[in-house]
Amino acid sequence: MFASFDFDVIRRSLSYLFLDGMTFTLTLTGLAALGGLVFGTLIALMRLSGLKWLGVIAGLYVDLVRALPLVLVIFWFYFLVPYIGQWLTGASRPLRVGAFTSSLVTFILFEAAYFSEIMRAGIQSISKGQPAAAQALGLSYSQTMRYVVLPQAFRNMLPVLLTQTIVLFQDTSLVYVLSIPDFLGAASKVAQRDGRLVEMYLFAAAVYFAMSSLASLGVRRLQRRTAVLR
Amino acid sequence: MNYHWNWHIFLEPAPDGTGSYLDMLLSGLVVTIETALVAWGLALLFGSVIGVLRTLPSRLASGLGFAWVELFRNMPLLVQLFLWFFVLPELVPRSAGLWLKQMPHAPFYTASIGIGLFMSARVAEQLRAGIGALPRGQRLAATALGLTTLQTYRYVLLPLAFRIILPPLTSEFLSTIKNTAVAITIGLIELTGAARAMQEFSFQVFEAFTGATLLYLLINVVVVIAMRGLERALAVPGSIGGK
Amino acid sequence: MIKISHVNKYYASGFQALKDCTTAVAKGEVVVVCGPSGSGKSTLIKCVNALEPFQSGEILLDGIKVNDPRTDLPKLRARVGMVFQHFELFPHLLIIDNLCLAQQKVLGRSREAAETKASALLRRVGLEAQARKYPAELSGGQQQRVAIARALAMDPIAMLFDEPTSALDPEMISEVLDVMVDLARDGMTMMVVTHEMGFASKVAHRVIFMDKGEIVEDAPKTEFFGSPRSDRAQKFLSKILSH
Repeated sequence: MFASFDFDVIRRSLSYLFLDGMTFTLTLTGLAALGGLVFGTLIALMRLSGLKWLGVIAGLYVDLVRALPLVLVIFWFYFLVPYIGQWLTGASRPLRVGAFTSSLVTFILFEAAYFSEIMRAGIQSISKGQPAAAQALGLSYSQTMRYVVLPQAFRNMLPVLLTQTIVLFQDTSLVYVLSIPDFLGAASKVAQRDGRLVEMYLFAAAVYFAMSSLASLGVRRLQRRTAVLR
Repeated sequence: MNYHWNWHIFLEPAPDGTGSYLDMLLSGLVVTIETALVAWGLALLFGSVIGVLRTLPSRLASGLGFAWVELFRNMPLLVQLFLWFFVLPELVPRSAGLWLKQMPHAPFYTASIGIGLFMSARVAEQLRAGIGALPRGQRLAATALGLTTLQTYRYVLLPLAFRIILPPLTSEFLSTIKNTAVAITIGLIELTGAARAMQEFSFQVFEAFTGATLLYLLINVVVVIAMRGLERALAVPGSIGGK
Repeated sequence: MIKISHVNKYYASGFQALKDCTTAVAKGEVVVVCGPSGSGKSTLIKCVNALEPFQSGEILLDGIKVNDPRTDLPKLRARVGMVFQHFELFPHLLIIDNLCLAQQKVLGRSREAAETKASALLRRVGLEAQARKYPAELSGGQQQRVAIARALAMDPIAMLFDEPTSALDPEMISEVLDVMVDLARDGMTMMVVTHEMGFASKVAHRVIFMDKGEIVEDAPKTEFFGSPRSDRAQKFLSKILSH
């Protein structure tokens, strides 16, 4: 069964796959996670702020983004970002944005909706006594958030945030629909160029599996350790 | 803004002869719904079995369930679809492989099975959490009455666990619907694919994707309302989900 | 009826929950098991109908070995009724269905026969009017009485009670104890884990005192209350009898 397969193609393309493809994937994952977390926390704070309109806008954003497939959102931003760039910079025609920038904007804004729900749950899970005590000491709202509430919320939700990041890592493969060269895209390119679909896709699957499993294992270990500390 | 808006595009005929662009989107919607329903059916079927396996005292059963969940959870859905669509026909005996490659509606079947199995891992985890959330005494009480393990699951644990997990299951069903869009990569012309085609034929990018967006929102609203109705119908008075 | 010989039980952590426990309950006897929390009394009673496994020793139920792998446990458990501290009625089933489920599925009775029996038992515990309600609509005392009826519906040869009144508000304790006293006076073989010494002095034949996994005292009622031999039993008695 495996006689007609050429697994050497994997070895030959390793540097391209990992230096180009995986670097793209990991960079996109890391930056999108950070950006999504910052933006998502802001959105969560908007929803919990008590200012009605702020909460409504934030809520609508989250509900809208979460109702749409990521593929559609990728298409949206691919076409939208040049126009936004034009509007932001006042240029005369739509800005040409690179594949990486477009993907980054897409994933930050997409993940922000999901991270915001996680952070919202985390903030709400902290007993009301905490901000009350902070305010009794004279801390302002932003100080309370920055020094008392958010650090605790973040620590409590860290396992869930990390799990969502692993999901994000897998979701980046969808940039395939725009032929953007992430890890899967790179594998696919080699596969089609050399006619070695089976070998390359099996290899890609194995790499994703290994990395996700290890990461999940790490998160589980972390959960066990923080559970003991509490 | 140098974009030429034309909202009338929906009523104009599509070049592939199937009717207007709106018809194109709507038939994409139908494909989305069909694929999602079949996939969800598979997800519930396999997910229930695996979820139960994970909660059995037998280490073999629990380990099998764990392996299943890890397998389908640790690879991107896109990669899984590629494996089913491109790799599987090459790994099976030649005649079976040829049959697979020549099957009509191959993208539909591949997408349904691929997405169904992918989601089954998530359903299994939700069910495992639901069963774990039940008071330990329920299982003991059923066992004390003489019910076998199968009977205990069938008449006591599963009816209760499914009621508990209806809200997260709703969101998993919505995920299933959204995941059908990934099948655009294996040639399934579902809603997002139809919008993409519309964009490519008509150059009315934002109209096309707005149309798709509105239709996805519509599906969401319908599903959420339907599931809330289901929750109410199944609620047990005074307890989980009841009044 | 129930013969417990040199039973030892260890948890996976190495902790020994039961140390060389030996005792017996004869047909028609009512035995009360008391002791401080953590003494192993609930664990012991759960070993009798194999809800908890034990590593060494033997338990015979009506002559049948409980830990023999060849024993048909569901059938055996059907012959012994158990009442739990937290009632453990099935919340998704009507009261009448709670009583009929095991009758139909384990004993194979027809629906009519099961319902007849159930109604008679509900009448006996004074709750026939609640037959078509859900457990959550009943008070704790009512739920526990239903739980007793549910166990009796199986026509058991013996009844096990695991702290049946510990989760009840004080004003509901007596309605449940009355049902249990009634049962005892009818000649039911009963093993009751409880703190209610009033119940013990009324209908118990023997009282067992457990501490740290061991049976410290096992004496006829009058002897136990009159002149307990061990220090620990004396201390325990003085604590619970003072209020």
